[in-house]
Amino acid sequence: MSELTLTVMRLGFLAVLWLFVIVAVQVIRSDLFGTRVTQRGARRETGRPQQAAARQAPPPQRQQSGGRRGGRNTPTKLVVTEGTLTGTTVALQGQTITLGRAHDSTIVLDDDYASSRHARIYPDRDGQWIVEDLGSTNGTYLDRTRLTTPTAISLGAPIRIGKTVIELRK
Amino acid sequence: MSSTTNPSPQHTSTIGAIGAPSRRNTELALLVFAVVIPVFAYANVGLAINDQVPAGLLSYGLGLGLMAGVGHLAVRKFAPYADPLLLPLATLLNGIGLVAIWRLDQSKRLQASSTFVEAAPRQLMYSALGVALFVAVVFFLKDHRVLQRYTYISMVGALILLLLPLVPGIGHNVFGARIWIKIPGLGTLQPGEFAKIVLAVFFAGYLMVKRDALALASRRFMGLYLPRGRDLGPIIVVWIISILILVFETDLGTSLLFFGMFVIMLYVATERTSWIVFGLLMSAVGAVGVASFEPHIQTRVQAWLDPMHEFELSRAGVQDGIVHSEQAMQALWAFGSGGTLGTGWGQGNSDLIGFAANSDFILATFGEEIGLAGVMALLLLYALIVERGVRTALAARDPFGKLLAIGLSGAFALQVFVVAGGVMGLIPLTGMTMPFLAYGGSSVIANWALIGILLRISDTARRPAPAPAANPDAEMTQVVRP
Repeated sequence: MSELTLTVMRLGFLAVLWLFVIVAVQVIRSDLFGTRVTQRGARRETGRPQQAAARQAPPPQRQQSGGRRGGRNTPTKLVVTEGTLTGTTVALQGQTITLGRAHDSTIVLDDDYASSRHARIYPDRDGQWIVEDLGSTNGTYLDRTRLTTPTAISLGAPIRIGKTVIELRK
Repeated sequence: MSSTTNPSPQHTSTIGAIGAPSRRNTELALLVFAVVIPVFAYANVGLAINDQVPAGLLSYGLGLGLMAGVGHLAVRKFAPYADPLLLPLATLLNGIGLVAIWRLDQSKRLQASSTFVEAAPRQLMYSALGVALFVAVVFFLKDHRVLQRYTYISMVGALILLLLPLVPGIGHNVFGARIWIKIPGLGTLQPGEFAKIVLAVFFAGYLMVKRDALALASRRFMGLYLPRGRDLGPIIVVWIISILILVFETDLGTSLLFFGMFVIMLYVATERTSWIVFGLLMSAVGAVGVASFEPHIQTRVQAWLDPMHEFELSRAGVQDGIVHSEQAMQALWAFGSGGTLGTGWGQGNSDLIGFAANSDFILATFGEEIGLAGVMALLLLYALIVERGVRTALAARDPFGKLLAIGLSGAFALQVFVVAGGVMGLIPLTGMTMPFLAYGGSSVIANWALIGILLRISDTARRPAPAPAANPDAEMTQVVRP
């Protein structure tokens, strides 16, 4: 093999290797600037106009969920939709889910308004999911009502604990 | 849901991806690139050594491409939002490592030695096993939080893995380090590589529960926060275990790796600088203490301080009961003769290093044949893997995932530092393998599993949050003031 070809290949290999590194860094760059910074305080402020709208015209989704109550649509996962844990999902497989600030809870809430053992969610004998408040200080809310007894949860009904909102999804 | 109100700046912020692109196509493009580069190097080696394109080029390229393709499809199916860079980076390093091992197989000098076996086909098989384990991790581990349940089982498992090489019968001593076990009919295995991952699971689970006690219950002394004695317990136990590994298995690298990983995770969990000071002090005391009476380590330290002297002793054949090694000096020569741009694939003489040229000393081959420019690129590829791991930890929402990701990427970084530093003469040489590059089944398999776990955590972290349902009036949440 001629000396020239080998030199070209040697430099070519280094060039290709560095090109890969540069392309990889470009991907990271687009990843960095492709993120959105959400201010935690913003949600509270933007919530208000929305809520005003919600009061005038209750969104159709909730009416549907009310109709589904007791239906045979069984939820398969529990989703955190608001609060610091937004986006966390837990698969429902017949196990009891505990919520609270205690470290051994299924969902560990990092929330000043939550008690260490705040609430639990479990299936009853018919497979209906029930939420029960475990004597928390600030209470657990299903839709807008504060829970006093174990209550059945319908699909999509928001369960509110402090700043955290969770719901059951199919 | 978009708002026009200006968010007040004093609030803490969370970071989420816009529209959450899955970036699987970026990953595919990078993977194609990551397969083409090693194939190019492979052709280059053949042209330089035998003046012809190697006969195995097609099958080698197909093999690597198949591995990358299977990995990619598994990620696309089971972890669609995972980080797009980890898989291509690992594939590229693995592919280039295979080329270097194959290149050393072609060396006439190594072929002439009595212990020569073709390493490249076996390494290709190990890599395929590694990718299979990677796919299995991505498939079976649907949620990394499941691992949290096995915190203490992991501790026991890791201890068993670490102690296995000491068990007579299955323990296997190779060149002074007792870190292998022999499985009849299957070959040898280095359980320490797997213990790395299992220990990270234990540390993450343990520290998640104990971090508040470790961070808050402390006394201030000379500007440092000293932890309470009972909280200090676990770090001392880990320290003693790593010292024991050092003494009985004479394996400096593994012991450094475990202790370093624990200190990193402890620091991340508690945000206390005092832990780093403690960790450095304790590892220094441990290393110096053991080195003062363990001859195997003493030789390593001497070879580090004065490699030329060791080389001369070895050449002169001095028999004083200690194995003198010329390899440390040879590795330095290899780096030197490579210079900035290297001699080119297949044109170096790093095969003079002898039996460990394709495992512990593989970086010397790169140093000679692709030069400083190439080695820097390789180290950057490692740095990118670690960066993606740390980024995953930052984005992870649950504390366990955060700690596990930082622990795994920290261990990976430490391993690269310990091996590269050892071969380049920055620190005493330890018998560890360069992840993905070096010849060694356990290493490549365990590191593919590590990448699999990182991908799983990053998939959970980058998955877009499901759209919140209609808000039933947040103001109804009553705050009961005591």
